[in-house]
Amino acid sequence: MRLFWHELKGELLLYTRSRELAFFTFLLPMIFFVLLGSTYGSDTVDGVKGSHFLLAGMIGYGAISIAFAGLAIVLVIRRESGILKRLRATPLPARDYVAALLSAFLAAFAVEVVGLILLGRVLFGIPVPDRLGSLALALLLGAVSFCGLGIGITALIRSAEGASAVVNAIYLPAAFLAGAFFSPRHFPSVLRAIADVLPLTYFLRLVRNIMLHGHTIWSQGTNVAVLAAWGALGVIVALRAFRWEPHEG
Amino acid sequence: MTAISVRGLRKSYGALEAVSGIDFEVARGEVFGLLGPNGAGKTTTVEILEGYRKRDDGEVEVLDSDPATAAGEWRERIGVVLQSSAMYETLTVTEMLRLFAGYYREPRPVDEVVELVGLEEKRGERVRRLSGGQRRRLDLGLALVGDPELIFLDEPTTGFDPRARRQAWDTIRSLRGLGKTILLTTHYLDEAEQLADRVAVLAHGRIVASGTPAELTGAVPATEIRYRQNGREIVLETDEPTRVLHELTGEALQEQRELEGLQVRRPSLEEVYLSLTEDGEE
Repeated sequence: MRLFWHELKGELLLYTRSRELAFFTFLLPMIFFVLLGSTYGSDTVDGVKGSHFLLAGMIGYGAISIAFAGLAIVLVIRRESGILKRLRATPLPARDYVAALLSAFLAAFAVEVVGLILLGRVLFGIPVPDRLGSLALALLLGAVSFCGLGIGITALIRSAEGASAVVNAIYLPAAFLAGAFFSPRHFPSVLRAIADVLPLTYFLRLVRNIMLHGHTIWSQGTNVAVLAAWGALGVIVALRAFRWEPHEG
Repeated sequence: MTAISVRGLRKSYGALEAVSGIDFEVARGEVFGLLGPNGAGKTTTVEILEGYRKRDDGEVEVLDSDPATAAGEWRERIGVVLQSSAMYETLTVTEMLRLFAGYYREPRPVDEVVELVGLEEKRGERVRRLSGGQRRRLDLGLALVGDPELIFLDEPTTGFDPRARRQAWDTIRSLRGLGKTILLTTHYLDEAEQLADRVAVLAHGRIVASGTPAELTGAVPATEIRYRQNGREIVLETDEPTRVLHELTGEALQEQRELEGLQVRRPSLEEVYLSLTEDGEE
C-alpha cells in the first residue's frame, strides 16, 4: 500500500502539471457546458430542461475524455518514450502502478463532476441531484469501464504521434453520436444504429435516468450490463496485448 | 564473489541470432565493459541480464538470481540506465528523483544523488529544460537513487560532446569508488579503456576477445615496422621487433641506403578492436 500511495501522489502531481490534460480533458467539457447551455439550456429536450439534459451529457463527455482519451494518450506516450520500460526496472509492482494511475484519473473525473454540477447550479440553477448514491456508483462504473477501454485501445496504437489522432477519431464522434451534446432522438437511423452499440450511449442513459428521472442504479440492469461488458472487453484486450516497451524504430 | 555469471547464452529474433553462445563473469566491485559495434548483441545481452528479455538458451545469474524469474526484492539491488533517457518532462530534477526514490525500501538521500551526478544547480529545473548531458546525468541519478549494488549502463555517453563525456566518466569512476559493480556497454574504445577493469569484445553475437584493456592490446602480438623502398610501402609484422629491426637497418647501412619513412609501432587498442570486429558494422 505504501507504494500505491506514493505513486498516486506522483500521478496527481503529473496530472496537474500537464496543460494538455488539464485543457482537453478537464476544461473542455466545462467550456462546452457553458457554450451549449447558453444556446439551448432553456429549451425542452426529451421532456426535460435543456441545461439538465446537457449537464448529464457533459458528465458523460467528461468521463470519456478523462478516463478513455486522457488515460490512453498518457499511457501510449509513456510507453513509446520508454518511461514504462524504465519503471519495469524498479521495484514498483505493476499492480500498484496501474492502480495508482487509474485512481489519479478517477480522482480527476470526480473533481470534474463536482465542477460541472457546481457550474450547473451557479449558471443554470440546476439543483444538486438527489440520487447521489446511485449516481456515484454509476459514475464509478462508467469511469472504470472507460479506463478499461482506454488501456485496451493502447494495444492498437503503435506510436506516440498516433495516440491523439486515433483517440480523438474515436471519442469525439462517439460523444456526438451517443448524445452527449445534443439529443440523438432526431439523428438519422444509421447514426442511431451505430450509437446503439457505443458504451457511452448506455452510460448516458444510465446517468440521465438517475439524474433526470430519479431512478436508482438497481433498476438499470441493461445499461449497467452493457457498460460493464465493454469495460471487461477493454480489460481483456489490455491483459492480452498490453506492452511495457516501445515499438522499435 | 561473483555479481554476474553468464554461460552459453543464446538469443535469436526470428532467423537472426543476436547472441550466439557467450560466457563471461563479472566480480563484485568490478567495472566490466561489453565493447562492440552496433548490432553486435550488447543491448540484447544486457537486457537479458536486466530481466527485460527471455533467453533462448544458457545459464544466467545476476546477484545470485535468475533475472528471468527474479522478484521485486532483486530489483531493489540493481540500477538500470537504458539507452533512451525517458523521463517525466514536467517534473523538476528533485521531484523526479524523489518519485523514484519512493520505489525503493532504502533509497539513497535525494540531495546526495543530486551531488553525486553534479546537478546541484539544476535541482529545481524542469526536466524538459535540461541539456542532453544533464538529462543523461539525471538518468544516472535515477539508476542510483535506490542505492543498488549493481548498475547497468547501456551506452552512457553516446551522443555526448567531449566535455560531457569527461564529466560522465568522472561520475562513473566515483561510483566505482563507492564499491558498486558496473556493467557498461559502449562502442567507444577509449571509454572502455578509461573505465573498465576488464573488457569483453562482442562481434556478431560472440565474444571475440576478453581481458584487461592492457591484455587486449597485448593479445595481438605483432609490432609493425613500416618503411618505403623504391616508392613502395613495406609493412612487416613481427613478434621480435628488435631482431627484425636490427637486420633491416644493418642491411640498409651496408647498402648505404635510407629506410625512408621508417616507423616502428605497437597497435593501439583501437586497431586491435577494429581487427577483431571487422565486418561487424551493419
